[in-house]
Amino acid sequence: VEKEAKTDIADWKGVQVFCEFRGGELATVSLELLGIGRTLADKRGVQLSAVLIGHETGNVADELIGYGADIVYRTDHEALADFTDERYCAVLASVIKEYKPEIVLAGATAIGRSFIPGVATVLNAGLTADCTRLEIRDEDGALLQTRPAFGGNIMATIVCESSRPQMSTVRPKVMKALEFDGSRKGEIIDIDPAPSLLESRVKVLETVASQGAEVNIQEADILVSGGRGLESEKGFELIRKLADTMGAKVSASRAVVDAGWIPYPHQVGQTGKTVAPKLYIACGISGAVQHVAGMQSTETIVAINRDKNASIFDIADYGIVGDLFEVIPKLIKRIEERR
Amino acid sequence: MNIIVCVKQVPDAKDVRLDPETNTLAREGVESIMNPYDQHALEEAVRLKEAHGGEVTVLTMGPPQAEDVLRQAVSCGADKAVLVSDRAFAGADTWATAYTLSRAVLKTGKFDLILCGKQAIDGDTAQVGPGLALRLDIPYVTCAQKIRQVESGALVVERMMDDGYDVVEIRLPALLSVVKNINEPRVPSLKGKMKAKKIDITTLSAEDIEADSKCIGLPGSPTQVVNVFPPPARGDKAILTGTLDEQIEQLVEKLVPFFQQGGNQ
Ligand SMILES: Cc1cc2nc3c(=O)[nH]c(=O)nc-3n(C[C@H](O)[C@H](O)[C@H](O)COP(=O)(O)OP(=O)(O)OC[C@H]3O[C@@H](n4cnc5c(N)ncnc54)[C@H](O)[C@@H]3O)c2cc1C
Ligand SMILES: Cc1cc2nc3c(=O)[nH]c(=O)nc-3n(C[C@H](O)[C@H](O)[C@H](O)COP(=O)(O)OP(=O)(O)OC[C@H]3O[C@@H](n4cnc5c(N)ncnc54)[C@H](O)[C@@H]3O)c2cc1C
Repeated sequence: VEKEAKTDIADWKGVQVFCEFRGGELATVSLELLGIGRTLADKRGVQLSAVLIGHETGNVADELIGYGADIVYRTDHEALADFTDERYCAVLASVIKEYKPEIVLAGATAIGRSFIPGVATVLNAGLTADCTRLEIRDEDGALLQTRPAFGGNIMATIVCESSRPQMSTVRPKVMKALEFDGSRKGEIIDIDPAPSLLESRVKVLETVASQGAEVNIQEADILVSGGRGLESEKGFELIRKLADTMGAKVSASRAVVDAGWIPYPHQVGQTGKTVAPKLYIACGISGAVQHVAGMQSTETIVAINRDKNASIFDIADYGIVGDLFEVIPKLIKRIEERR
Repeated sequence: MNIIVCVKQVPDAKDVRLDPETNTLAREGVESIMNPYDQHALEEAVRLKEAHGGEVTVLTMGPPQAEDVLRQAVSCGADKAVLVSDRAFAGADTWATAYTLSRAVLKTGKFDLILCGKQAIDGDTAQVGPGLALRLDIPYVTCAQKIRQVESGALVVERMMDDGYDVVEIRLPALLSVVKNINEPRVPSLKGKMKAKKIDITTLSAEDIEADSKCIGLPGSPTQVVNVFPPPARGDKAILTGTLDEQIEQLVEKLVPFFQQGGNQ
C-alpha cells in the first residue's frame, strides 16, 4: 500500500453505514448509525447508504430502508456467514472504492473494531475510534469526530481534512435510531463478490456463545453492576435479583471477575468492556479509575456504597450511602410494588 | 518460532489529567509504564518461545526514553530489542504508526508471528495491530484470549467476541492482538534484570527504515486532533438524604421511567 497523490475530495459524496449482521441478527448499533447517518447526510445534502454483508440476510435490507437508508448495497454469500477480517475487509473496501462515500460509519463492536482499521489502511483513510459525537463543520463540511481517550479522562475532537472517506467507529448506545417507517422508499443493490475478495487465511472452526444471550453488556439499556462489596458469590446473587426485577443485565468490577463470581465478558472497565447504557447501578463498587473508564459515558449513574467517601459518588447522579445487604432488598421490594 | 512483540510506552492512566487552563495533557510527574495489554502479549511470546524455541524481539516506536519499556521486556524474557525513534515520527496517528512499524518489521528480519496488545490505554483505538497486519499483508486476529494449538504453519486461536468467542485457525506468518485474560504476566527474574541492563538496543531512524516522508509523523497522519477538552462534569455530590426508606423512595421515583420502559426486554 503506498500513498497516492491526494485524492480529489470533491469526488467523494454521501454517507455510508456498515450494518453489522451476524448469526441471523442485525446489531442494534447499525440502526443507531442510520439515525446519525441520516442527520449527517441531510446536513450535507447527500444520500445515506447502508452496506449489508453476511449470509441469509432475509428482509433486513428493507428494514434498513425503513430506518433511514436511501440505498442498501447488499452482499449476501455463504462465505460471509462467519465473520473473518480478510473477507469483510475486502468486500467493504471494494464497495467504498466503487461508490466513494465521503463518510463511512461502523459500530465500535468487537467486529467493527477488528476489521474497520483494516479497511481504513487499504483505503489510506483516517479512522477515528469509538466516537461518541459526530457533527458537520459548517465552514467546509468536514466531519467533526469526538471521542474519549486516555480511559475517558479526556475527550478529543478529530478531523480528517485531506483524505477520503472520513471513517469512524461509533460506540453503541450513544446515537439514536429513527422510528421505523415502513413507507420509506429506497433502492437495494445486490453485489456479487468477486472470488478474489473471498480468499482468507483465517478459518472460523467454531462459534461459542457465552451462557445465555444476556452476556453482551454493551447492548444493555440498564446494567446492574456489582463489586467486591457483595463479599461472596452468594452475595452477588442480590445483583442478579435486582437486575431481574429491573429487566436489566448484570455486569461487574474486575475484583468480582477475578474472584470468579461472574465470567470475564461481564467486566466493565479499562481492561473489560466499555459500556454506555441509559442507567448504570453500581453496587459495592469503589469507583477506581480503571472501572470508571468503562462506564462514565452512561446517561444516569446510581451508586450504592457504605463508604460516603467512595469515589463512585463523584460521578454518580444519585447515591445512597448504606449497607447494600439492607438497601438492595428494600429497593427490589419497592420496584416490584411499582411495576 | 520467531516472534515480534509490539510494545508501547504509555502514561499511567490514573495520572492523566487535562490542564484546565491550557487544555493540554499535564504530563508533569506522570509515570510512564508499558501498556498493560502489551505485557500480556510479551508473556504469551515468551511462553511460545519456551515451548517451541525461537526468539522474541520487542519493538517500539517512541521517543528515546521508550527504551525503558524495551529493557523491562528483556527482563521478562525478550531476547532482542528494537527502538524506532526519530523526531520525524512525532505526532503519528494509527495509520502512520502502523506504516512506521511495518517498515521497522521489514528491517528486523524473518518472523512467524507478531503479537500486539488489544489496545493502548492512552490512544485507546485498537487500530495499530490490524493496520500493521494489512501493511505486511499477513492475516490477523484481534482480541485473542487463548492460543489453543500450535501447528506447523498455523495457530488455532480463541477470538473474543461481544457475545462469546470464536475458535479460528490462522495461517502463519500472522498477527494477533491479545486481551488480558490470555495469561498472567511473570515478574522479571534476577537474571533477566541483569540481561536487561546489558542488552544492546537496536535503534532505527526514519532513514534506517527507508520511510516515505509523506507517510510518517504528524504530516503523514490522515487524522488530526483539533481539540481536546475534559469530559462533561457530572454528579455534584448527588447523595440522597433522609431516612433509608425515604432515600429508597426518592431513588425509585427516579428509576421508574427506566424500568417501566421494560429495560432490555
Ligand atoms: C491495569 C489495571 C487495569 C484494571 N482494569 C480494571 C477494569 O477493567 N475494571 C475494573 O473494575 N477494575 C479494573 N482494575 C482494578 C481497579 O483498580 C480496582 O481494583 C477494582 O475496580 C476494584 O473493584 P471493586 O470496586 O469491586 O472493589 P473495591 O475497590 O474493594 O471496592 C469495594 C467497595 O464496596 C464497598 N462496600 C463493601 N461492603 C459494602 C456493603 N456491605 N455495603 C455497601 N458497600 C460496601 C466499599 O466501601 C468499597 O467502596 C484495573 C487495575 C489495573 C491496575
Ligand atoms: C486524544 C487522542 C486521540 C486519538 N485518537 C486517534 C484516532 O481516533 N485515530 C487515530 O488514528 N489516531 C488517534 N490518536 C493517535 C494514536 O493515539 C497514536 O497514533 C498512537 O501512536 C497509536 O494509537 P493507539 O495509542 O490508539 O494504539 P492502539 O492501536 O490502541 O495499540 C494497539 C497495539 O499496537 C501496538 N502499538 C501501538 N503503538 C505502538 C508503538 N508506538 N510502538 C509499538 N507498538 C505500538 C501495541 O502492541 C498496542 O497494544 C489519538 C491520539 C490522542 C492523543
